[in-house]
Amino acid sequence: MQGSISDTAESTLNIAQETGVVDHHEEHPDHRLFGVAVFLGAETMIFLGLFSAFLAYRLSAPVWPPEGTPGGLELFLPGINTLILISSSFVIHQADTAIKQNDVGGMQKWFAITVAMGATFLAGQLYEYHHLEFGLTTNIFSSAFYTLTGFHGLHVFVGLLLMLAVLWRSRTPGHYSNESHFGVEAVELYWHFVDVVWIVLFFLLYIL
Amino acid sequence: MAQIEILESPSQSPPPPQVHGGERKWTDYFTFSTDHKVIGIQYMVTGFIFYLIGGIFAIMMRTELATPEPDFVSPEVYNGLMTLHGTIMLFLWIVPVGAGLANYLIPLMIGARDMAFPRLNAIAFWMIPPSGLLLAVSYFFGPPTAGWTSYPPLSVNTGLVGEGIWILSILIGGTSSILGGLNFSVTMLKMRIPGMTLFKMPLFCWAMLATSMLILIGTPVLAGALILLAFDLFAGTPFFNAAGGGDPVVFQHLFWFYSHPAVYIFVLPLFGAISDVIPVHARKPIFGYQAIAFSSFAISFLGLIVWAHHMFTSGTPPWLRMFFMITTMIIAVPTGIKIFGWLATLWRGKIAYTTAMLFSLGFIATFVIGGVTGVMLAAVPFDIHVHDTYFIVAHFHYILFGGAVFGVYMAVYHWFPKMTGHMLNEFWGRVHFALTFVGMNLTFMPMHELGLMGMNRRVALFDPQFTDLNVMATIGAYLTAVSTIPFLINAIWSWRYGPKAPANPWRALTLEWQTTSPPAIENFEELPVMKTGPYDYGLGYIPEIDPPELYGKKVSEPAAS
Repeated sequence: MQGSISDTAESTLNIAQETGVVDHHEEHPDHRLFGVAVFLGAETMIFLGLFSAFLAYRLSAPVWPPEGTPGGLELFLPGINTLILISSSFVIHQADTAIKQNDVGGMQKWFAITVAMGATFLAGQLYEYHHLEFGLTTNIFSSAFYTLTGFHGLHVFVGLLLMLAVLWRSRTPGHYSNESHFGVEAVELYWHFVDVVWIVLFFLLYIL
Repeated sequence: MAQIEILESPSQSPPPPQVHGGERKWTDYFTFSTDHKVIGIQYMVTGFIFYLIGGIFAIMMRTELATPEPDFVSPEVYNGLMTLHGTIMLFLWIVPVGAGLANYLIPLMIGARDMAFPRLNAIAFWMIPPSGLLLAVSYFFGPPTAGWTSYPPLSVNTGLVGEGIWILSILIGGTSSILGGLNFSVTMLKMRIPGMTLFKMPLFCWAMLATSMLILIGTPVLAGALILLAFDLFAGTPFFNAAGGGDPVVFQHLFWFYSHPAVYIFVLPLFGAISDVIPVHARKPIFGYQAIAFSSFAISFLGLIVWAHHMFTSGTPPWLRMFFMITTMIIAVPTGIKIFGWLATLWRGKIAYTTAMLFSLGFIATFVIGGVTGVMLAAVPFDIHVHDTYFIVAHFHYILFGGAVFGVYMAVYHWFPKMTGHMLNEFWGRVHFALTFVGMNLTFMPMHELGLMGMNRRVALFDPQFTDLNVMATIGAYLTAVSTIPFLINAIWSWRYGPKAPANPWRALTLEWQTTSPPAIENFEELPVMKTGPYDYGLGYIPEIDPPELYGKKVSEPAAS
C-alpha cells in the first residue's frame, strides 16, 4: 500500500517533468491521492488527541475500570471482530491489484467482500453495545469506551458508504480502469487507516 | 509603466491589449466559484466583515469598561460580548483572512493556474459564512459566555444553546481550516513551475507551508476536544467533570495543543507577507532567505511543544512548567531571527515610505513589544503573578493586533493593485496608518500597567482606582474604530474609481507581478519563467535604465546571498 502511494507520487513527478507546462491547462497531474494521504494525516491527529485524553484518564485512575463498573469487557467477540477487520485490509488490496490489471469484475468482487466484512464488524460492535451492562454516562471508563469505539465505528460506516459509492460508479463501463482508478485507491487507503486506528484502539481499550 | 516591458523577455510580443482583462463582475463574488482568486477575495472580504462585527463587540466592551460600574451593559451581556469578540476575531477574522491571502497569492507566486483542489477550496470557503453567522446571531438569543477558551466546568454550566452554537461553529470553521491547509500544502509541494525549487519559492510560501503543517496537526486535536466537550454538554458524560472521574485540565491540554500553535497560524502568514513586502519597498534582497525560511519551521515545531505555558496556574507540576518555560523562551530565537532579517533588509535600503511599508514598520514595532512581553510571561513566577490580568490582554493584542492586523493591512495595501487592478489612495492610506498606530497603542499600552496593578481580565466591573487608565484605553479603542473609516472608504472607492494599476506597480520580482492586474482567469497567458530569484533587487543593475538583456544575463548566474 505504501508502495502504491510513492509509485503514484513518482509517476506524477515524472509527468510534471516530462510534459512540463504543456498539459497543465486541461489535465494537470493528479494530486488527489496525495491529498487523501494528507487528509488522513489530519484525521490521525483527531484520534491521537482522543487517545491521549483516554491515556490521561487511564493513567490517573487508581483502578481501571473504576470500581463499581457493572460487568466488564469481553475479549472473545471483539477479538473475532478485530480479525475480520484486519483481514479485510488484505481483501481490499486484492481489489486494488485487480483494477490495476483492468479487471473491473474482480475489483467489484473484492470490494463487495470487504463491504460484507465491514458490515459484519459493525454488526458485531452493535451486538457488543447491546449486551454491555454499562451505559454511556455510567462513569469515565464507559464514556471513553463508547465515544472512542463509536467515533471509530462512524469511520467504518463512512468507509462502507465510500465503497458502495465506488461499486455504484463502477457500473459505468470504463469508469475505472488500469489507468484511472483514483476512487479505488483512495478508498483502500482510507480503509487501511480505519484498520490501523482500530488496532491501536483495541490495544488501548481491551488489552491495556 | 516601462517596467512591464522590462519584465517581459525580449522575444515576446508586446503585452496583450486587455491589461485590465481579468476583472470580475461583482456578482461573481457571491457564487460558488472555484477560481482561487475569487475565493481569496471572498475569504478576505468575509473576514473583514467579521472584523467589523468583532470590532463592534470590542467597542461595546470598552464602552462598558469606561466606568467601574455596569452601566452600559449588564455583566452577563458583557460575558457574551467578550466571548463573541474573542472567538470571532480569532476564528472568523484572522484565520480566514490569512487563508484568503494564501488562496490569492500561492498559485500566482508559484506559477500555477489554480489550487490543487479548486472545488474543495470553494467548499472550505463556504463553510465560513454559516460558521460566523451562527456565532454572530447567537448574540440575540443566549450567546456563549465562557470566554473564547470555553473551559469546563464553566462552559458546561452556562447555557446549553450558546455553548452548543459555539462548539458547532468552531467545528465547522475548523474543518474549513483543515481543508484549506490541505489544499495549500499540496499546491505548494506539487504545483510549482518547473525550475522553482523549494528554495526559490517566495518566503510567503514557506510561511504558508509551516502554517499548513500547524493547521493539519493542531486543528484536529481541537476538534477532538470539542467533540468530548459536546458529549459533556449534551449527554452528561464526565470527561471534564472531576466528580465523575474526569479531569477539566485534560480539556485545557487538548485546547491549548491547538490554540497555542493557532497563534502562529494567525501570525505566520503575515510573517511571510512582510518578508515579501519589505524587500520590494526597500529595494534590497531579503537578508538571510534560508534563515527566514527555516525559522518558520522552527517556530512551527517549537509552537507545538509550548502549549502548557497557558496552564502554569492549572496545577501543572513544577518540572513540567520548567520544560514549557524553556521551550517558550527558545521560540523567541527563530522569531528574533526573522525580525533581525527584516531589519537587516531595511538597513541601507532605498526605502519607499509607501503605506505598505509604513504598516510593515508598524508591524515590526508593535510585534516586538508583544514579543518582549511574551518572553516575560514565559517566566513561571512572573506568569503566575500576572495570570488572568490585563497584562495578558495587552500582550496578546500587541501580537494579534500589532502583528496580525497590521500585517493584513500591509498585505492589502501591497497586493490591492494586483487583486483589483486599481491603486489605493496613498494619502488616505497614511492617514489610516497614523490613526491605527496611535489608536492601537493608546488602547493596549495602558493595559500593561493595569495588569501589573492587578486588574482582572474578563470581568465587567473593576475597582475605581483603575478608572483613568481604562478611560484612556476606551478613547484609544474609539480612535481605532474611527481609523477603519478612511480604510473602508479608500478601499471601496478605489476598487471602483481608483487609477488603473499597471501589472507591476512596485517593480517587484515575484511571479504574481508578471501577469496582468488583475490576473486573467487562469492567471497567466503563458506560464511565467523565473528570470530572477524572488528577491534579487538592486544587484548591480537598475531596471529602469538597464536593457533587459543585461537583466536576463545578470540573474542567470546564481544570486549571491
